[in-house]
Amino acid sequence: MYNFDFEKPSTIADAVSALGSEDAQALGGGQTLLPTMKQRLASPSKLVSLNGIAEMQGICTGDDGALCIGGATTHAAVAAGAGVYPGLAGLAAGIGDPAVRARGTIGGSLANNDPSACYPAGALASGATFVTNAREIAADDYFQGMFTTALDEGEILTEVRFPVPEASNYQKFEQPASRFALVGVFVAKYADGVRVAVTGASEEGVFRWTEAETALSGNFSADAIADMAPGADGMISDLHGTAAYRAHLVGVLTRRAVTAAG
Amino acid sequence: MSQVTMTVNGKEMSGDAEGRTLLSQFLRDTLDLTGTHVGCDTSQCGACVVHVDGVAVKACTMLAMEAEGASVDTIEGQAAPDGTLNALQQAFQDHHGLQCGFCTPGMIMSAADLLKNNPQPTEAEVRHHLEGNICRCTGYHNIVKAILAASGQDVSSIAAE
Repeated sequence: MYNFDFEKPSTIADAVSALGSEDAQALGGGQTLLPTMKQRLASPSKLVSLNGIAEMQGICTGDDGALCIGGATTHAAVAAGAGVYPGLAGLAAGIGDPAVRARGTIGGSLANNDPSACYPAGALASGATFVTNAREIAADDYFQGMFTTALDEGEILTEVRFPVPEASNYQKFEQPASRFALVGVFVAKYADGVRVAVTGASEEGVFRWTEAETALSGNFSADAIADMAPGADGMISDLHGTAAYRAHLVGVLTRRAVTAAG
Repeated sequence: MSQVTMTVNGKEMSGDAEGRTLLSQFLRDTLDLTGTHVGCDTSQCGACVVHVDGVAVKACTMLAMEAEGASVDTIEGQAAPDGTLNALQQAFQDHHGLQCGFCTPGMIMSAADLLKNNPQPTEAEVRHHLEGNICRCTGYHNIVKAILAASGQDVSSIAAE
């Protein structure tokens, strides 16, 4: 990869300041960014590591009962520490492999918004709140298409707040080489309704399958969405699976998730 | 270039690194610790797994500067100073857990990470934990068997498939 300057600030304010210079890029765990830079698909002039900022690490429960996860918290830490939200802990435990989970961070994953990443499904299905150094963003406004989010240049995702559902589950149909989701479906049942978010399938990135949400909000069982699947229009088609195959998987995985959530 | 200092296998070591210097490059090229192998360089194969502050990571996908001040353990630090293999290494030898040996440093370091947190894993847990370590020789059976043996479990009934 091309060379770059490296900074590792210890406060959010210092990180924001370091990201102010031209072509500077925030670095989470680097499990996506570093391979991308090796391929020379990205060539920032400066990397600002967010891993030395204590206030962006760890998991806690907010006054409203929401699970608050610091942006620099690793997948392994979420898998081990998000027990009050089993669906989310299970999602984190299934990302990549153990060594990748030890470095990769929730903030890095959500800021990158890979169309096949797991966390976007969990965050969108939870109606999570994205906290940055400047503002709070609702999940429904945050995801804006493949690799695109509401984050501004230099804005840091410092924390993500997840309302804890009554029942939840994430089902991933793994692409075995990359361990990303060929299709992944996160189902979360709240008192005011069910949310279903799908990753890996759409050319627009993570999306809510509202037809299933409506059916499941009336009857939270796999039977309520039997034989249902979204249309294949706009689904990803590649050597791993056709658009129709992915659309079919969305239905199958949603039914499995509902059954597993119980 | 700036100076990076870390504790490697219990000894404090320093060297120059660029921003882009990977931990794997720093260990191999700067510190001459070539036991950490680089297979794919894309964090798929796991030959480069080392422990940073007690946790297994892929050294090809971590910057050397991120390990400033950290405690790093590599395959070179696993055997006793007189060369006596540790239990995992000996089990790999006893159960033919390697052929060409290229993946073995990463396999040993990943397995050590597993056994530290789960001293008596099931066969399924071992296989699950090794998802990020690829071996093109053995077919994995003897690697799994060696790790189960190193954990003190009876592997006499496990066939070498």
